[in-house]
Amino acid sequence: MENIIEIRHLQKSFGKNEVLKDINFSVSKGEVVCIIGSSGSGKSTLLRCLNLLEYPTSGEILYRGQNILEHNMSNAVYRAKMGMVFQQFNLFNNLSVLDNCMVGQIKVLKKDTREARNTAMQYLELVGMTQFINARPSQISGGQKQRVAIARALSMEPEALLFDEPTSALDPELVGEVLKVMKNLAQSGLTMLVVTHEMGFARDVANRVVFMDSGVIVEDDVPEVIFNNPKNERTRTFLKRILED
Amino acid sequence: MSVDASSSFIQWVIFILQQYWPVFLRGAEYTLLISITGTIIGFCIGLLIGIIRTIPVDNRTGLFKRVSMKIVNIILLCYIEIFRGTPMMVQAMVIFYGVALIYGIHLPILLAGIVIVSINTGAYMAEIVRGGILSIDRGQFEAAHSIGMTHFQTMQSVVIPQAIRNILPATSNEFVINIKDSSVLMVIGVTELFFQSKSVAGIYYKFFEVFLITSIIYLIMTFTVTRILRYLETKLDGPAVYTIHGSQTVPEASFRIVDREKL
Repeated sequence: MENIIEIRHLQKSFGKNEVLKDINFSVSKGEVVCIIGSSGSGKSTLLRCLNLLEYPTSGEILYRGQNILEHNMSNAVYRAKMGMVFQQFNLFNNLSVLDNCMVGQIKVLKKDTREARNTAMQYLELVGMTQFINARPSQISGGQKQRVAIARALSMEPEALLFDEPTSALDPELVGEVLKVMKNLAQSGLTMLVVTHEMGFARDVANRVVFMDSGVIVEDDVPEVIFNNPKNERTRTFLKRILED
Repeated sequence: MSVDASSSFIQWVIFILQQYWPVFLRGAEYTLLISITGTIIGFCIGLLIGIIRTIPVDNRTGLFKRVSMKIVNIILLCYIEIFRGTPMMVQAMVIFYGVALIYGIHLPILLAGIVIVSINTGAYMAEIVRGGILSIDRGQFEAAHSIGMTHFQTMQSVVIPQAIRNILPATSNEFVINIKDSSVLMVIGVTELFFQSKSVAGIYYKFFEVFLITSIIYLIMTFTVTRILRYLETKLDGPAVYTIHGSQTVPEASFRIVDREKL
């Protein structure tokens, strides 16, 4: 299958603190990859490197075979192809729900207003938020915000969507509605990379689960193997601790 | 109405108002003109500098861009420090007579007044705007960058609108200060309210009466301006009420949600 992203020898340090050590992995089209691991294992940093919110210290990120860390590819063009959904939603507070989903299309993709509006409405429909197009972010709930954030990312029609702990800031009762939307997206064939603590989601939806610990990928396999029969001791300890709770 | 030495305080105030209201009015006009134009231009200068000074520079930025950013930043910092660190009255003298000496031209006095208030306000606003931009959550920048927006697009569509809302109270402060402090421009002969009042007071040597009137005029101007800006603030907060469109069964249904926090 065609690789959308391929990472080679990726390394990232903050000062002397080496957060990612020689990461190698790839994501092919339509795949849903969940990244799990304890806090501080570097999984969020890895995701942020993929969107260039953090710039890797060394290594290569190949997007369709092209190294985006070389200067010949515009960061903005690449970023528009990698949608990102944040833990803290990060909806634009000054814009309505609809405008949140339109502003990127108009400014970055240079679409006209009508086209942008149609696309935005299509994805807001998908996440079930068309009723709230006039609301400001401060007027809707956390789960609704995250659904709008997903619609905003989808409105850019990205090649892949990166989720950085999308449900961690939500009240437990609101987690379900967001996971449901993500599940539908996964089934529709969207390429997704999800950093998550929702083991149920990883087990049911992911094609592959990546377990990270202290900056390295410890294990990368199908969910059945990771959850039922992990090969590595560290994976076993982590899952035991998590699943006991 | 006529007055003489035995007239009471109130009679004098009424007399001065009746006789000289056009003079006060012209002074107030100048004061308002200078402070409004000065604040608006200063605000724009501040915005521009604020945006320039927050352009991200890291080790991936090209050498040329990094060096030029450094130079621009130093120049801007000098501007801010110099104009915040000296009295506007002194700046007025230096600029007005400096331009006359170096370029051999006499700036029209009103123009000189507006220029001085503008660049003085710009120096304060630059820091206020920078504070406003820094007050915006990092997540807003990240979200904008993650959908491919450039620094200027991020600023224009996301950050500046929110920053402006946040700095409005400080801007309103600047505005009020400008209304009052434009009085120092009388040192270069700008015929604003204070200058005019002094002329009127000099006619009958009635300083208290005249300046009581003057202070009331100042108070009316500043009060009106703060009210207007306060109104603008609530306006920028957006509607407290929004409409929900359609429902699962009746697409044309709509009802309004009231945001109680904002009422």
